[in-house]
Amino acid sequence: MTAINPQPAVSLPRGRPKSKILRRVRESCIMAGLIGCGVFSIATTLTIIVILSVEALRFFRLDEVSFWGFISGTKWSPLLGAEKHFGVWPLICGTLLVTAVAMAVALPLGLITAIWLSEYAKPKVRAVIKPVLEVLAGIPTVVFGFFALTVITPGLRWLHEGFGVYNAASAGLAVAVMCLPIVTSLAEDALRAVPRSLREGAFGLGATRFEVAVKVVTPAALSGIVAAFLLAIARAVGETMIVALAAGASPSLTLDPRSEVQPMTGYMVQIFLGDASNYGAEYYSSYAVAATLFLMTLLLTLIGHRVRVRYRQVYE
Amino acid sequence: MNELASHPPSARSGRFLKDHLFVAVCLLAAGLCIAVLGVLLASIITQGIEHLDTHLLMNPPSRKPEKAGIYPAMIGTIYICLVCAVSAIPLGVGTAILLEEFKPRQKTLARLHGFVQLNITNLAGVPSVVYGILGMTAFVEVFKVMGSPGDPVWTLGTPENWYYLQLPFGRGVLAGGLTLMLVVLPIIIISSQEALRAVPNSLRQGALALGATRLQMVWGTTLPAAVPGIMTGTILAMSRAIGEAAPILIIAGVVYITFTPEHLMDDFTAMPLQIYDWASRPQESFHQVAASGIMVLMAILLTFNAAAVMIRQKFQR
Amino acid sequence: MPATIPKHPEVNMMNPSIPLPPAPAEHDKTMRKSDPSTGHGDTQPAIEVAGFDAWYGDFHALKNMNMVIPEKRITAFIGPSGCGKSTFLRWINRMNDLVPSARAAGTLKLHGQDLLDSSTDVVELRRHVGMVFQKPNPFPKNIYDNVAFGPRLHLRMSRVELDQVVEQSLRSAALWDEVKDRLKSPALSLSGGQQQRLCIARAIAVGPSVLLMDEPCSALDPRSTAAIEDLMAQLRNDYTIAIVTHNMQQASRASDYSAFMYQGELIEFGDTEQVFTMPRNEQTQNYITGRFG
Repeated sequence: MTAINPQPAVSLPRGRPKSKILRRVRESCIMAGLIGCGVFSIATTLTIIVILSVEALRFFRLDEVSFWGFISGTKWSPLLGAEKHFGVWPLICGTLLVTAVAMAVALPLGLITAIWLSEYAKPKVRAVIKPVLEVLAGIPTVVFGFFALTVITPGLRWLHEGFGVYNAASAGLAVAVMCLPIVTSLAEDALRAVPRSLREGAFGLGATRFEVAVKVVTPAALSGIVAAFLLAIARAVGETMIVALAAGASPSLTLDPRSEVQPMTGYMVQIFLGDASNYGAEYYSSYAVAATLFLMTLLLTLIGHRVRVRYRQVYE
Repeated sequence: MNELASHPPSARSGRFLKDHLFVAVCLLAAGLCIAVLGVLLASIITQGIEHLDTHLLMNPPSRKPEKAGIYPAMIGTIYICLVCAVSAIPLGVGTAILLEEFKPRQKTLARLHGFVQLNITNLAGVPSVVYGILGMTAFVEVFKVMGSPGDPVWTLGTPENWYYLQLPFGRGVLAGGLTLMLVVLPIIIISSQEALRAVPNSLRQGALALGATRLQMVWGTTLPAAVPGIMTGTILAMSRAIGEAAPILIIAGVVYITFTPEHLMDDFTAMPLQIYDWASRPQESFHQVAASGIMVLMAILLTFNAAAVMIRQKFQR
Repeated sequence: MPATIPKHPEVNMMNPSIPLPPAPAEHDKTMRKSDPSTGHGDTQPAIEVAGFDAWYGDFHALKNMNMVIPEKRITAFIGPSGCGKSTFLRWINRMNDLVPSARAAGTLKLHGQDLLDSSTDVVELRRHVGMVFQKPNPFPKNIYDNVAFGPRLHLRMSRVELDQVVEQSLRSAALWDEVKDRLKSPALSLSGGQQQRLCIARAIAVGPSVLLMDEPCSALDPRSTAAIEDLMAQLRNDYTIAIVTHNMQQASRASDYSAFMYQGELIEFGDTEQVFTMPRNEQTQNYITGRFG
């Protein structure tokens, strides 16, 4: 460093200059720490990938398992019976069924509430709805599971006798309640980010509020809304406690929401709760299931990211 | 008169009819949200009010529902959340500072920066049960390279000492807390990033123009200005940690524990686990105890959320 | 007459983008009325600019600037928005380092030290070149801590010394009498004009020799503007001040020299009196008479 050395204009008390070497050493240490933090987050992802793939590979090497049987099999019975079957589709089916029920309720309801909050609702009404959503968002999932078990399931069984004691619909509805605040608040953020001028332009052309909300604002916020939907789906796919409590524990390849299913997360909980010996095929199978689950959520996250980046409208 | 007036009024009213219909649908949707919350709270209160007393708060769980208590689970939750907070807050805020305040100009570094950012987004989407498996392998067993939890390669003190440590950690408080840390870390990072982003750039420029280095700028101006936002986000993340059950379930399992943990390696149970245990039993009477436990849990969470809201409002200027 | 300020400007009317550095001293005897003691003849160069170009990405923001900013004088930069005057100011203390796409080439020297040189320590540079921004940006701390922020970064000093620095800086910024009884109250509770003077005090407290002011009054009411202008008049004996302003009156009132810029080019630079009363360039003439801009 070359010195810039004009005299300070006004003579102020100058004290002693602080040591630059000391500062540089201290700052290097802090920077190393900060970079360490960033490295930690990458290390976490890498560790997840390594653990899941190593243990899943160990699972596929076992005699009674084949990779092809895993990804194409339609029967999953790792615990019972003389012959074990490891076909993952019944578990995936359970996950998708619960997710489908949940999204069929949460996405439209959440989007409508979001549009209403952002385009119609008066501040006073917002002041009621927003805290309700915040409280809903803060409720632990085990509470929703309990709610599904003790309120939704009896309710469904009262409506229609075909529902089982454990069923996909009940778990799905509870997941819907859980996802509702996520969809609503993220979609509302996207809608509110649409500039006022766009709305004013449409109103200036004689559009009604409905037309402005549905034909102008919603399309303009579409990328944010889609990203919110994808995030909600990812949360529903990965939801554990609700399905562990309310969906049941018998994997079956069915599309009937009244019947008992076992989603992937439910199976993992069952294994780690100690129903299986620690080193058998069924124990390692949970890693293969976890890897499948991780791939699904990773895919959803990446698609959501792409949508946000690719189709984002930038407003000044 | 003119063309505007010549439009048939029915077309207009049709369009406005749609508008009114939509408002009705919206009201219905919003009403449904409130109704669901109402039913949920009402059902839990009616089921749980009977067992909600000091006996529940001060006693260990029992085989008899009327004698069951939640004390060890409460203490367990406090311990793992303390471990979680102590580890997650510095790591999370540090990562947020790195990502927000040290955006590199160089191309390769900028790409790396974008990759770390995407990685955080991805981590936020990983199901918590997967973090449970990660914690199981990385903390409980330490990748099986350090012996087994029952036969540790390294110990500090004996299980009688309060400072007892061992490697691998085993299914103890430390492993549970660190696993929770993994779950809430992305939440803390993202909310801290948002808080830092909300600090006006003029403050940063002001500090730099006085000859502050980047770190002095962060420490002297940006971070203090972002503290309320970071605190709000952190409190919300911690309330998530308190209610999180799935990863803890994998680490600790559902065990019948009547004592409180004495050191970081000790077995533990947590409130969501205890509630899950009660809720998954067939007996109706245990469901009532579960509801009482939920009321305690929700009371704690509401306190946390209220604190977050108060901080947000106090500094919202 | 120092050799670094070449004599006699011959502005090439065919190519106004390369104005030769003018010799403001020429005019001082006849033109300067307010302050005969200034003695323009003894000005030293503070900032030397030669063949200076700057870009934002592909946008050529500054084109071949050549000028010498004299020491302990007020130099005003005028011109329509987007003409590059703020960009130039932000190169002098390298604030443009914050803009990822910004780069520059040419000579930009402060007291002989090349500012664009990679060996230049920008942190050290900014200690010597204070900056005041368009909008007052006091830190959300109390008044005392705002002024003490800079000294605390660079210097180890006793409580008493620090108190002295804060008091003197606030006095220099003509703010001491208004705030001496409430040094511990939040800086954001001050009025806009007071906040801006606090920012000036904060810059002075580090002990700079150059003060850059980027439209310091554009967010202020007329009374606060007058206060800032008075303050500038007091500071001009001690500091080299470069001020960017949209306000033509302000430039003519408060500055010793004026530079007119247009579309990234330095069109005319000279004694303020001369630039405003008999501009040599037609564009300058048009701008100051309000025909465009």
